[in-house]
Amino acid sequence: MEIVKPLTQYLAVMLLSPLLPGVINRVKAFFGGRRGQPLLQLYFDLYKLFLKTPVYSRTTTWVFKAGPVVGVSALVAALAVLPFAGRPSFLTFEGDFIFLLYLLGLARFVTVLAALDTGSAFEGMGASREMQFAVFAEPAFFLGLAALARVTGQSSLAGMFGALTGDIWRTAAPVLALLTASLLIVLLAENSRVPADDPNTHLELTMIHEVMVLDHSGPELAYILYGAALKLWLFGSLIACMVLPRHSGSWALNSALFILMMLGMAVAVGVLESIIARLRLTKVPYLLITAFAFSALALIFQMGR
Amino acid sequence: MHTFAELIIVFVILLDLALAVTGSLSSCIRLVAMQGVVAGLLPLLAGSGAPHTRAVIFAVVIVILKGAVFPRLLMRARDKSGARKDVEPLISYPASILLCLGAFIASSWLGSRLPLPQANVAWIVPASLSTIFTGFLLITTRSKAITQVLGYLVIENGIYIFGLALFVEQPLMVELAILLDVFVAVFVMGIAIFHISREFDHIDTAELSELSDWRRGEYGK
Repeated sequence: MEIVKPLTQYLAVMLLSPLLPGVINRVKAFFGGRRGQPLLQLYFDLYKLFLKTPVYSRTTTWVFKAGPVVGVSALVAALAVLPFAGRPSFLTFEGDFIFLLYLLGLARFVTVLAALDTGSAFEGMGASREMQFAVFAEPAFFLGLAALARVTGQSSLAGMFGALTGDIWRTAAPVLALLTASLLIVLLAENSRVPADDPNTHLELTMIHEVMVLDHSGPELAYILYGAALKLWLFGSLIACMVLPRHSGSWALNSALFILMMLGMAVAVGVLESIIARLRLTKVPYLLITAFAFSALALIFQMGR
Repeated sequence: MHTFAELIIVFVILLDLALAVTGSLSSCIRLVAMQGVVAGLLPLLAGSGAPHTRAVIFAVVIVILKGAVFPRLLMRARDKSGARKDVEPLISYPASILLCLGAFIASSWLGSRLPLPQANVAWIVPASLSTIFTGFLLITTRSKAITQVLGYLVIENGIYIFGLALFVEQPLMVELAILLDVFVAVFVMGIAIFHISREFDHIDTAELSELSDWRRGEYGK
């Protein structure tokens, strides 16, 4: 019986995460005065892409084919340590946040390798940008999680978010507010959302993430799209666990509240994307350095308490 | 109440970071004004119990001076000088923000070593020291005369917050004297900047190192 709930949570994440981009797109369409795509558009897209036959360029090797598969597997594995509604998933151990970070790093690495493998100048440019921004985003994320570990005195993700309660928010509100802000910036940057990148643009000169996946097609593109949705869920749920620390006794109620919170996160991201403009490419590192500064401040604050 | 005061301290530090990365002169002026107002309100929140009447009056005076009068004067000086509207830093913005962070780390170390009476609110000493450092940063790494005035104001904010760590209510005469000093300084700087820009067509301090009859191009340049 003990394994049923974590498995249900895990399956729910797998099934629900493609809903988030749909919600974001609907919110953006609303702000733009359009009706927008159906909420379930990503599910349709994934279904369509899985039926297609992929096309490969003659310059590519097995690295190109392995990239999307390894990338999505890394994210699927990363979700196994991710807490759901402040409850542990079925895989949890001390220091698993480092494991999570390295899985995200692996996913990025294989995507970049696959992009370089195409031999296309555009994809190489995208790969370079992705790595450049990762240099700033990863320390911010890592320091943020380290500060959270320090606040709660736990070193596993499930422990950290499980130990967060309303009381901690009352005593350490400045630290947690800084961490939430930092995580939100990292979410926007890592998921190629608006101030850092625009998921809709298909002009290579301005793209970061999208340009790396231009040559993928068929099921491999489906893996990439699905992996992006999982990544959005991953970062979103960290923030949702952070700002929703209240745990009532009932598992069903908690989970329902958490899923609602995730949809709320998606709406918030959609609103953010609608009301702010994309940053100039050279300014994106400033944004990420700001996130790094927030995380570092939170850590210093917590160390000195 | 103290959590609220702590939030304000965090806000002051975030304003320091914002000052280190802001490129536009007018938003720099606004940020400094905001910091002054926030610092002025801090003694009302940091004390225990209801604040003294004198403290309230004093806070109101500070808020009016730092929040309305100084920004007005500085904006006027900026408009009159006809200079470019950005701060023209000598080092890059990321370097500024990293210096600010380093200053905060150093000042939290220093704050833990200084033999001071136990402050009511955590982080007052590191916040004030790093605010003072931000003021120095503005003075040394920005190339306009007007940002030097701004740096001076930020240092004054830092000193004011540092005073809170020692006494919740500062001796009135001391604080009034400082305020008068700053007021005169801003006033004089405003006039001086106006004159400098009229004489030399710019307020860039790097250009002020040459004598006026030392014409550019005549002596080997």
